[in-house]
Amino acid sequence: MVARLDRGQPGPAAVATRTCPFCGLLCEDVVVDAAAAGAVAVRARGCELSRAGFGRQSAPGLDTPLVAGSVATLEQAAQAAAHILREAWQPLIAGLATDVAGMRAAVELADGCGAVVDHATSAAKFRNVLAFQDRGAITTTLAEVRNRADLLVVIGTDIVSRFPRFFERIAAPGGTLFGLKDSERRSIFVGARPPPDAPGRADWLACQRSDLPDLLGALAALAAGARLDATRVGEVPIDRLRELASAMQAARYGVIVWAAADLDFAHAELSVQAIGRTLTALSRTTRFCGLPLGGSEADLTAGAVLLWQVGLPFRTSFASDRPVYDPYLFDARRLLARREADALVWISTLSDLPLPPEATAPPKPPLILVAGANASAARRADVYFPVATPGVDHGGHLVRTDRVLTMHLSAARGSELSSCAHALRAISRELRRC
Amino acid sequence: MRLAGGRIIDPAHGIDGQVRDLYVRDGRIVEAPPDGPDAQTIDVTGRIVMAGAIDLHTHIGGGKVNLARMLLPEDHRASGYERTALTRSSCGHATPGTLAAGYRYAEMGYTACFEPAMLPINARQTHLELADTPIVDKGCYALLGNDDFFLRMLATGEPQARINDYAAWILDCTQAIAIKVVNPGGISAFKFNQRRLDIDEAHVHYRVTPRQVLRTLARAVHELGVPHPLHVHGCNLGVPGNVDTTLATIDAAEGLPIHLTHVQFHSYGTEGDRKFSSAAARIAEAINAHANVSADVGQIMFGQTVTASGDSMMQYHNAELGSPRKSVIMDIECDAGCGVVPFRYRDQSFVNALQWAIGLEIFLSVRDPWRIFLTTDHPNGAPFTSYPHLIRLLTDRAFRSDMFQKIDPDARAASTLGSLTREYSLYEIAIMTRAGPARTLGLSDRGHLGAGAAADITVYRDEADRERMFAAPQYVFKDGELVVRDGRLVAVPAGGRVHAVKPQYDRSIETAVADYFERYQTTSASAFRISADELCECGSGLLVHECRGKPR
Repeated sequence: MVARLDRGQPGPAAVATRTCPFCGLLCEDVVVDAAAAGAVAVRARGCELSRAGFGRQSAPGLDTPLVAGSVATLEQAAQAAAHILREAWQPLIAGLATDVAGMRAAVELADGCGAVVDHATSAAKFRNVLAFQDRGAITTTLAEVRNRADLLVVIGTDIVSRFPRFFERIAAPGGTLFGLKDSERRSIFVGARPPPDAPGRADWLACQRSDLPDLLGALAALAAGARLDATRVGEVPIDRLRELASAMQAARYGVIVWAAADLDFAHAELSVQAIGRTLTALSRTTRFCGLPLGGSEADLTAGAVLLWQVGLPFRTSFASDRPVYDPYLFDARRLLARREADALVWISTLSDLPLPPEATAPPKPPLILVAGANASAARRADVYFPVATPGVDHGGHLVRTDRVLTMHLSAARGSELSSCAHALRAISRELRRC
Repeated sequence: MRLAGGRIIDPAHGIDGQVRDLYVRDGRIVEAPPDGPDAQTIDVTGRIVMAGAIDLHTHIGGGKVNLARMLLPEDHRASGYERTALTRSSCGHATPGTLAAGYRYAEMGYTACFEPAMLPINARQTHLELADTPIVDKGCYALLGNDDFFLRMLATGEPQARINDYAAWILDCTQAIAIKVVNPGGISAFKFNQRRLDIDEAHVHYRVTPRQVLRTLARAVHELGVPHPLHVHGCNLGVPGNVDTTLATIDAAEGLPIHLTHVQFHSYGTEGDRKFSSAAARIAEAINAHANVSADVGQIMFGQTVTASGDSMMQYHNAELGSPRKSVIMDIECDAGCGVVPFRYRDQSFVNALQWAIGLEIFLSVRDPWRIFLTTDHPNGAPFTSYPHLIRLLTDRAFRSDMFQKIDPDARAASTLGSLTREYSLYEIAIMTRAGPARTLGLSDRGHLGAGAAADITVYRDEADRERMFAAPQYVFKDGELVVRDGRLVAVPAGGRVHAVKPQYDRSIETAVADYFERYQTTSASAFRISADELCECGSGLLVHECRGKPR
């Protein structure tokens, strides 16, 4: 039995309960074991992502920066990075998989060198952002789902591939605040097949992913009480959709769940809009909310910091003396593909995020890599800063999937690696020096 | 340092325009002139010298503010804050980034800002945002009264002392300075699909009324000795006829101290053809008659802004009135909720014009400036950047009259504003924006210029145009450091402090709360707690103010 008392205490402990940073759920009850050699193993309450994450991020690797593949001090690396950024017409700071402290330093660096900032997962994230900026949202959070939700409608995802312990987190085997029992819950999976651990009754409304846009449009119309002449949407008979709409109208507290990363088709923001229209229509008579799942690779964390400091989301440029946001122009992949960015800072502290393919095609822009000790592009980078992983090597703050909770993480082991924030601040200092 | 020859306005000490030198040493105002040969003297002859201003109700950080920022890129496109050698770039008009907010507040002579709606479950984000708001000091009011732990206690008749322990535990864990209630019980009721909740109506699940919630929380705050009274955003926000609810809210306090926030939004009658009228006179009369009641106004100003409130129930209704037509409604973690609705207040709209007039009527009709505070409920009535304009409206009757002539004529006909001749003096403005907020929040060393006070000082040119005067002070000192000269930043100290209170409580409440979190929440009570060390890690220092001894 692991003492709960060590939770939240800073510093390493051999066996301890720690918050797992490897998906947006940020489960805080994961039991880890830090061996003397530095490897961190998950002993209990882990999932495949946490086991892989702690293992990968604690494996031995480089612990000194590289400049053009040669060992360098942090100061030398910072000087080399500052030189690249100073010479660049349009630097790009992307990836941005880092904690609050790392993102604070990244925004400061971006402001200092006139960079564009964008996140590695923006392609998925902007499916939600664009819909949100167009019409807003009606949303809820995990504890509300746990205590109230009698119906989950899950769109285009099995949830657990990306958020393995989701159903465990919302299940209430000991009962809920308001008498709802897990056995009374119902979930309807539209598209992906229901996983075995969905509580209560799980139904599957099978359809092709390519049919989701039409299907969500039809569902929004039915929820709003429109008459539809169509007899099927894709392969789904319209009566099945009518049943779905009726079940949604009959729910006391329903939730539409989706993961933008799984809505991987063109103009998925229109489908997220359709989800929003459905929620607006259902809200006239009952309570129905959205739960857009995210938070992995710290996208919500980094996005929140940028938003609160500067007032704008990802895809913001600091090239002029005032920040400018444009969700199309400042897409990192577009900037790289069009050769508009001529220096790339790639930040990846939670996994070995692959570089955007546009960044590796010749003539590739100079690369400043701020990533874990085993980054696969370490030797290809012009400057490489091996950095620590929040929640493994040092404490820090990350934002949970429902955007409301910010978790305070603790280190799982002792580590000599610099934090991302430390490395980025060193570059900023060098930039200011000249 | 010596500030020489200024006209001191320091209502906490009854000083009104006396010419006197001020001495500053190590960030504090000191008594004895440290007449060393190297003491720096700044000549402020003829200038008006006040303590740094304190905004006791401004939504500048936390989840709903960030949602508002995300919702309104158009607000930010038009309003940039330039990068300089000293400042970082940032932007936003109605919901500025934290950098822009800190810079602009300091430029206007403000040295402390209080975020009035911190959801306990969202406290960590709120503190992280406030730590990134430069120069000014901060503090937060923790939201209670819609969280299921509290409502369960109330419904099952737990003793008041136990509820007090819970309220104190929340203050402690979230590093807050006061307790706020928003639509008492109503945010929770909305989650049960209850669409309205009047003050004596029962919550559909818990069977408790807003009146019970108010009375219990007002008593908890009082018995804990928290300096600031229960901060109340009442039922029926923005609903015509809500004056009766507001008067009933005063009644519900049963003589205990309460603070009615953005009272303008709660001062509406139903008279006239349009069934919307000013009830400012009745509200002001009630405030004048009840020494236990204070209020801030939540003045609206014409133009684009965004309303961001914990009141998901009422904001759901308001969403249909929003402009541009988009909104965010959120149920939050069995703790509270929020609603974000952009608004464009128009001077030719009868309703908006009358709202504007109602706010000013309240300002001018409440007699005791120690019990009324200057706010726009930023950004709900207007962005805080409109304070200098508001001060001119209050201090300059001719200017006010000119503005009054420009609004919708039907609203003008329905308002008594034209007949109100009062002009606020600078002394009264200093009470409303310095001495009053410091006193009600229990900030013993802020809001005044006596020896021992923090050297948060603002020096103004005595200009006839009070809007110009208050928009760009000549000097602003934060903890003795010159941060603004002639309305421009000259130094940007980071961080600032978080002001908090730590009332005593029986620690056995922690067992009950830990069990509750384990059973029903999706985080643990220990992870919920923010320690002073963590606050430091977030980037803020902690300054704890004293509570009064328990009157029990």
